[in-house]
Amino acid sequence: MDLNLSDEQRLLRESADRFVNETYTADHRRTIANDPIGFSMDIWKQFADLGWLALPIPEAHGGLGGGAIEIGILMEAFGRGLVSEPYLSTVVIGTSLISECGTEMQKQALLPKVADGSLILAFAHSERQARYDLVKVATTAKRTPDGWRIDGQKTTVLDGSAAAQIVVSARIDDGKIGLFMVPQGAAGLTSHDFPRLGSGRACNLELRDVQLPAEALLGDGSDALTAIEHAVDRAVAALGAEAVGIMQTLLDQTLEHTKFRKQFGRPLSANQVIRHRLADMAMQCDEARSMALRAALMADAEPVARSRAASGAKAKIGKCARFVAEQSVQLHGAMGVTEELDIGSYFKRLLAFEMLFGGSAHHYRRHAALGGRAVEA
Amino acid sequence: MDLTFSAEERAFEQEVRDFIAANLTPEMKRATALTPSVFSDPDIGMAWQRALHKKGWGAPGWPVEYGGPDWTPAQRWIFESECARAGVPNVNVMGVKMVGPVIIGFGSPEQKNFYLPRILSGEDYWCQGYSEPGSGSDLASLKTRAARDGDDYIINGTKIWTTHAHHANRMFALVRTNETERQQDGISFLLIDMKTPGITTRPILTIGGDHEVNQVFFDDVRVPVANRVGEEGKGWTYGKYLLEFERGSGIASAKLRDALKTISELAESDATGRAIGDPDIAVRMSEIEVDIDALEMTELRVLSALQTGQNPGAVSSLLKLRVSEIRQAVTRLGVDVIGNDGLYVEPMRPLYRLNEAPGIPEELLPVVPEYLNGRAYTIFGGSSEIQRDIVAKMVLGL
Repeated sequence: MDLNLSDEQRLLRESADRFVNETYTADHRRTIANDPIGFSMDIWKQFADLGWLALPIPEAHGGLGGGAIEIGILMEAFGRGLVSEPYLSTVVIGTSLISECGTEMQKQALLPKVADGSLILAFAHSERQARYDLVKVATTAKRTPDGWRIDGQKTTVLDGSAAAQIVVSARIDDGKIGLFMVPQGAAGLTSHDFPRLGSGRACNLELRDVQLPAEALLGDGSDALTAIEHAVDRAVAALGAEAVGIMQTLLDQTLEHTKFRKQFGRPLSANQVIRHRLADMAMQCDEARSMALRAALMADAEPVARSRAASGAKAKIGKCARFVAEQSVQLHGAMGVTEELDIGSYFKRLLAFEMLFGGSAHHYRRHAALGGRAVEA
Repeated sequence: MDLTFSAEERAFEQEVRDFIAANLTPEMKRATALTPSVFSDPDIGMAWQRALHKKGWGAPGWPVEYGGPDWTPAQRWIFESECARAGVPNVNVMGVKMVGPVIIGFGSPEQKNFYLPRILSGEDYWCQGYSEPGSGSDLASLKTRAARDGDDYIINGTKIWTTHAHHANRMFALVRTNETERQQDGISFLLIDMKTPGITTRPILTIGGDHEVNQVFFDDVRVPVANRVGEEGKGWTYGKYLLEFERGSGIASAKLRDALKTISELAESDATGRAIGDPDIAVRMSEIEVDIDALEMTELRVLSALQTGQNPGAVSSLLKLRVSEIRQAVTRLGVDVIGNDGLYVEPMRPLYRLNEAPGIPEELLPVVPEYLNGRAYTIFGGSSEIQRDIVAKMVLGL
């Protein structure tokens, strides 16, 4: 047992921290907020040069063969900088789905392009009626003489407008869930793009009679649900690490503010109620850090243990995040409720974290159900 | 004891319902539902205020000689409850509920004659100049200076969190007229015409994306001494009198119930994939409903005490704490009810006059902004930390 970073991991953290500090200034965030794709292609190329896009891809497919710990190190730094590049969509989720479902030919065709930065991916899975239940897919894929016909609606597709290829889940005639590579601009695909809470963009998709060739299906047609669950667990572990970076930033800034701001002739931090609040925030940041690490360490464990670790982390970090975020705003006073400070941006990003892939209540239920407790997941 | 209203009170309830049915337009109702800030914009709010004024209900809390309707506390309760249930516009309270009572209590006859009718009719639109960048919870440390120069004061300084300063033509402000040993003794209460040269207003956007508050700057602004309410140096007393209104203004449970009903309807609808099927959502909804029941009973107990002329005691801090916490719980539940769709950001305002149809069901749009903006409920009008200090001191005698 050793939970210390290796030398390589420490170097990765240092370079990620340095890059984020230098690149993601408040000015950069303001520029990006008005950008039509919501992030910078130049920075994405730099991610590729730094090897970050190749991190989880197997060496055989042009990658570095890294794991969830390395991803977590990057994501924590991304959280501190409120990074809006489509790392989660492309590298964490997209790569995971292709690696697990794709045929050898598909992996060879797609993964090296992810690694070199020339292919951005999105994952279109959630539907309004599903409410985070990964099994509930109403979008259909019907076999045609030439391949497939896809019909349905997808909500909150992260980075869906920037992606050259969108991985769309759909229910095949035989009841199994399939994953289909849908190119941007496919006939019958309409997209409603919008700025997303906490920076970046997303879109709602409508697929009406979208015709795809037979090879658009990832893999051989076996049910993709287990691959989706694994990809989402990996995403949850990565997002947990990102949330830790955000929470730590909020705590640091709130600590500074309460030491500096004077009311009634003394700093806010001289009041016991404030000191205790800050102590609770610090405790919750630390618990969140432990849970994010745990989810990362178990990201490739057997499915039940892995999913329980992911759900436990999502639930617990969500609770901690809510407390830390809300108290950071509270202790900044009215300024915290405005766009004048960064606090609000970090607050919104944590709220977005809670919404993505289900909130704490959903994940406590999943955790209980996977543990054999009689509840409905 | 009896929880039911009398026959006269029932008849009054029907009169209020009839009035609302005749005057609340569908446009007003929709605009109110799609407004994620505290108060309706003046075009909506003042239209409602004019309708109330026409009926003689423009200022429910005022004495009858100034145009009040002479209602019993129970009638005020019924009126506020029916208005909340129907979803009427949230009229900016700065005029009728805040500066009005101060002018009635402490103003000169000239001030009463001039200002009160203009508040009632909606001709004047008021904002409040209290907080300053360095003076939030510690309001008495305010620094905006009013120096006496003949028949004028010359004002220099800045006010912040000024709700609707960009709409208002008048401001009531606390300013420092004297450097005294006790900070509170050097403060005066002034009525300021917002068109006076030297006043500039800077918008402050909230994290929900709304422009409701501002910072206002005073650069050698001349205000006639005649615009001072009451005595010089007594402004703190008048200002505190008014803050009591801001903290406790009495009847919040009906509005909270209406807000919860909105979330409940969303949770029942396909727009949220019937979120109510999630047992966690259902249980939290009941938890909040019970909290509102408790709040409502407290409000009714206060009302009963008032009706028999008793002093309800220092409950306004207790009520402010609970109201703000319950409101935040409702907005938080809303966020969880709409799930993923909360990631959809609509930057344009007002939400009821968008150029293009939004990409999610319209009724979901205000939910996240209301949660975000709602973080201010435990901050403005004295933060929850300050309210608990007041409870400890004033209620428990610690």
